[in-house]
Amino acid sequence: MRFMPILLVAMWMFAATAHAQGEAPEFYDFDTQAEEQRFRGLIAELRCPKCQNQNIADSNAPISKDMRDQVYLLMQSGATDDEIVGALVDRFGEFVKYKPPVDRRTILLWGFPAIAVLGGFMIVAGVVIRSRKQSPEPALSAQEQARVRQMLADKDPSSRS
Amino acid sequence: MKRLMLFLPLVLAVGVGIFLAAGIGKDPTRLESALIGKPVPEFSLANLREPGQTLDQSLFRGEVSLLNVWAEWCPACWDEHEDLMWLANEKGVRIVGLNYKDEREKAFSFLDRLGDPYQTIIYDPRGSLGFDLGVYGAPETFVIDAEGVVRYRHVGVVNERVWEEILLPVINRVEGKS
Repeated sequence: MRFMPILLVAMWMFAATAHAQGEAPEFYDFDTQAEEQRFRGLIAELRCPKCQNQNIADSNAPISKDMRDQVYLLMQSGATDDEIVGALVDRFGEFVKYKPPVDRRTILLWGFPAIAVLGGFMIVAGVVIRSRKQSPEPALSAQEQARVRQMLADKDPSSRS
Repeated sequence: MKRLMLFLPLVLAVGVGIFLAAGIGKDPTRLESALIGKPVPEFSLANLREPGQTLDQSLFRGEVSLLNVWAEWCPACWDEHEDLMWLANEKGVRIVGLNYKDEREKAFSFLDRLGDPYQTIIYDPRGSLGFDLGVYGAPETFVIDAEGVVRYRHVGVVNERVWEEILLPVINRVEGKS
């Protein structure tokens, strides 16, 4: 019974390695660290057309694997980032870019945050200006103020003779 | 003026409502092909039935065709096959097959069981033409005009309704033009 925990740990380790072997690992060879960084950056900002909320770095759909391979091959052949992204956009459409270009169709998308902030400022400014403009009316009329003074005078013990 | 401002929330709510309602029922997984209006990518692949013969993009010249991307491993391809048989036999549609990331033997056993609606089948075991076409989920069906230009892409199964409502109108439009 003393060996039970050890046995359990051993079983767990075995299961963990078996699980890790379940997915075929992918190896891309890079000459420099910078190249690898560039590759990671590229596959992080390309979107999988099949599993639409994942980038091709995270997705294990076959199409994402093909796209990663293509990115790697194009990188090895000396293509620039724009050329690589362009090659995939030509095949799969603008959809694969997480950052769509600013053009006539996307201007509202890109412009909306600025429009919303501007609109918010205008509303706040409007409210502030309007509240300032209201002439500071005396809270009490002259008659009422006289009454208040009267009442206070009555209550004040020092004024009582 | 103040009174009119009271209607602002209502106007906003209706506007947002219309915008959101327009999105309901749209299937976001169906993407328009990036190749519409562009010629079929260049390729050089074997004929599935005759391994010695090499096919290229000139296959699509001269006649409007459907290019159907299929594979034995693709369950939805089994579903749509009967309708492709119907299109080929009853409607006389020219269907070119693109056997995508499949094995020759499996492809043949699939066709032996379900029939063969294809005029020609391109064998693309590595999915290279599929990749150039932007195929992301078989089955996909492209309408290609007589000049070899991609005119439409349908993602998902083809059935009678898809044919009547989507593909046939596209083909009619394409044939009227070219």
